[in-house]
Amino acid sequence: MNEPIRRVFGVFMVMLLLLVGSTSWWTIVRANDLNHKHADQNTRAQLRGLKVKRGVIRADDGTILARSVRTPEDIYSRRYPTGPLFGHAVGYSYTTSGQSGLEQYYDDDLSGKRGDVETLLDQLRGRSTEGDRLQTTLDPKAQQVAIQQLAGRKGSVVALDPRTGAIKAMASVPGFDPNDARDPQAFRRLQTDEAGSPLFNRATQAGYPPGSTFKVVTTIAALDSGKFTPQSQLDGKSPRTVSGTPLQNDAGESFGVIDLTTALTKSVNTVYAQVAERVGAATMKDYMERLGFDKKPPLDYPRNQIAASGLYTSKGKRLSVTSGQVDIGRVGIGQERLRVTPLQMAMVAAAVANGGKLMKPHFGDKVVDADGRTVRTIKPEVYSQAMSASTAAQVRDMMGKVVEEGTGTAAALQGISVAGKTGTAEIDIAQNITQPWFIAFAPKDNPRIAVAATVERTQGGFGGVVAAPIAKAVMESLLGG
Amino acid sequence: MNARNRELLALVPAALLLSAGFAAVFFSRDSLVGGLNGTNTVSDVSLTYGGIFLGLCVAAHLVLRFTLPNADPYLFPLVALLACFGLVEIYRIDDGLARQQAQWFVIGLIAFAATIIVLRDYRKLERYRYTIAAAGIVLLLLPRAFAPTNGAYLSIRLGSLSIQPAEFAKIAIVVFLASYLRDTRQVLLLGSRRIAGVTVPPLKHFGPLLVVWGSAMVLLFFIQDIGSSLMFYGGFLAVLYVATSRLSFPAIGLALFAAGAWALYQIRPTIENRVAAWKDPFDPSQYDKPIGGSYQLAQSLYAQADGGLFGVGFGQSVLKLPAKDCASTINCSLLPAPHTDFIYAVITNELGLVGACGLLCVYVLVLQRGFKIAMLARDGFSKLLAVGLTSVFALQVFVIVGGVTKLIPLTGVTLPFVSYGGSSIVANFVLLALLLLVSERARREA
Repeated sequence: MNEPIRRVFGVFMVMLLLLVGSTSWWTIVRANDLNHKHADQNTRAQLRGLKVKRGVIRADDGTILARSVRTPEDIYSRRYPTGPLFGHAVGYSYTTSGQSGLEQYYDDDLSGKRGDVETLLDQLRGRSTEGDRLQTTLDPKAQQVAIQQLAGRKGSVVALDPRTGAIKAMASVPGFDPNDARDPQAFRRLQTDEAGSPLFNRATQAGYPPGSTFKVVTTIAALDSGKFTPQSQLDGKSPRTVSGTPLQNDAGESFGVIDLTTALTKSVNTVYAQVAERVGAATMKDYMERLGFDKKPPLDYPRNQIAASGLYTSKGKRLSVTSGQVDIGRVGIGQERLRVTPLQMAMVAAAVANGGKLMKPHFGDKVVDADGRTVRTIKPEVYSQAMSASTAAQVRDMMGKVVEEGTGTAAALQGISVAGKTGTAEIDIAQNITQPWFIAFAPKDNPRIAVAATVERTQGGFGGVVAAPIAKAVMESLLGG
Repeated sequence: MNARNRELLALVPAALLLSAGFAAVFFSRDSLVGGLNGTNTVSDVSLTYGGIFLGLCVAAHLVLRFTLPNADPYLFPLVALLACFGLVEIYRIDDGLARQQAQWFVIGLIAFAATIIVLRDYRKLERYRYTIAAAGIVLLLLPRAFAPTNGAYLSIRLGSLSIQPAEFAKIAIVVFLASYLRDTRQVLLLGSRRIAGVTVPPLKHFGPLLVVWGSAMVLLFFIQDIGSSLMFYGGFLAVLYVATSRLSFPAIGLALFAAGAWALYQIRPTIENRVAAWKDPFDPSQYDKPIGGSYQLAQSLYAQADGGLFGVGFGQSVLKLPAKDCASTINCSLLPAPHTDFIYAVITNELGLVGACGLLCVYVLVLQRGFKIAMLARDGFSKLLAVGLTSVFALQVFVIVGGVTKLIPLTGVTLPFVSYGGSSIVANFVLLALLLLVSERARREA
């Protein structure tokens, strides 16, 4: 009977091997999926996070934006001392509400997640796990000014340093206090506020029509492709037939033959539609992509809180600029179905300001461990050489004229030259509802700050009147300090 | 070196594991206290449970030294290793449970010694085989008289004690099968006819085999316990195969079982629910069911995924939900029944695939010793008894580990010697005693 016994043992060996196999399946093959993609059912990571003292998040002047406090139940809970000031940028981190913003993007650092070996070494050394600290580039004073200037109107302001891509201010109104995300009921109210959508970050997620601010993009394509110069003479007669329908200048004003600089200064639609048509869709697409359109900007921010700027169909699908259905003349003046984020328009201004070199935008400056040692520095990185330095200089001078004598005079600063471009997108012509814009950088000849400001659905407000003063105040705050 | 000295030496790893494990839990108690990881209070006193357990191992060794000097020297140390593994893990989950578990080990070892002394000549069991069989079936059906837990009739309550009679029934049934098949194996073989190339047993003896099949079906139907019936029936098939050396017998048996199980699946909603929960445990409609859903299986798989290759580390498993008034870990556990059914998931969570494989390796060694004893045994009854006991032991491991790793539908049985549970420990120590008795006889004669 010994041979059958041996075989029975063999069968059981195979069964135990199957057990090793099924254990491997869950611990190795499917582990990543189960650990990261089932957050609603698998709360281990979040529960474990409660035992870790997350690192603080600081503004560039050292102001604490987020810190962890120990509760009587011996777990940690997040507090945001500056309340609603940086609600969108910093985000929140709670077991019940999940995570958003920098809290989510830098979660591994803030919660002190390191490699297996390092964790093991830490345990052997008897060191408790404490998260790393995040130093950001955010400027509380400028942020304060941006929110005050929006004065409760729905809209957004983004200000960044064109030389490095460091974001200094990012305001989105209405905002929210991340401390409210601690209370499930208050968080629910934030989530269900359809009218205000306070959790929605307008600076990175909203798709607004850019209006005439987009003429800066058209100008870059026109000059850098060599097809035009600032002195190119074009007919500014209004109306002009573009793609079979008449296009008018603002207030129906007709111009004679004018050069491109004048056309930008006075924001002449009929000239820019011709320019875009002659530059062509393929070249426009090329320059838009160099400036960051058609892709989510490489911001250190959760991907689901960033939207790509570009053309969208009425159903929200992406549309290529080179598609036959696109009226390229109207794209050139920021109409058609263009949808852009304030962050994207700030990047356009920044590319011009930095001699054509577009830097990747970022919030993070460095990650510092609990003992004060720098773990990692977030270095400035080039996104693209969007245009040549000479093109950038030409566009800069043209934008300077806009603020000196054109539509953007309201942004002029005392003793500092500003370059900018206004925009007034028509949302509802019958009810005269507009979306005013202003993008700018300063000082014109040595730019240290680039900004985009916009307000949603104003009653006939113009970019030069409504948005330019907001941008001006934010630049003043950042350059004065 | 003689067998017993080898045994004593082989107890050293178990002692080291226990000491190291208890020390690890003890020293990490600061991070465990009141936290989310588990143990609420780890008192200095509880360290002594480890000491008591080691003392018990030495005592059991002395019993073996005097009563069974020639028995297999590795089986007891291997079991002690498993028990240490379990005791440390239970201590880490809740130190109050570890104290009770240590008490159960005392009772288990008394049963172990008693079995060895009373059944010095275990072959007299053969005389009472029908009585034993009847007792086994009564034990199996007993829980039916009590209220079900989680849709299955697995345990009965006597005061504060919860007893799982199936643990004892498995031994009784194996004893009966070994004895019965030793008698009838010749007739089964001689009376068989070959029909279309398949050896079919004679109809006359088909009866008793059908009774066993019927019992398994009844078990499935009344107890609604796929795991236990798989365990018993699998043990039966193993013994039947060894007794007859005909592959067709277990093959026919397996086909009958599959047919019966399929038929029951069609008519019993409980079984159907379990299979549905097994098929897609992450489906919210199954996961969110208050009763009979897949919550526990899904959490078991999440716990294992969390462990990965090396585990999150000893004492680092997230077991407890953050509730304020929580007397014990098991009352507000993220993973239900972490100390019994799902202890394998907790071990994988903390020690990873590596630790789980280590545990399975110990089981492989136990099985190897069990089948080795069967091969060395001289007479048919001893061989079949050893095969049967080892097989039900192996199947129990397969049923619970296969269940928590979603290899097969989940049934709550204990992980032998590792899970918390009095019935399981006592019954498995009796099983171990029987194996050592068979071994003693085989090796003494050799």
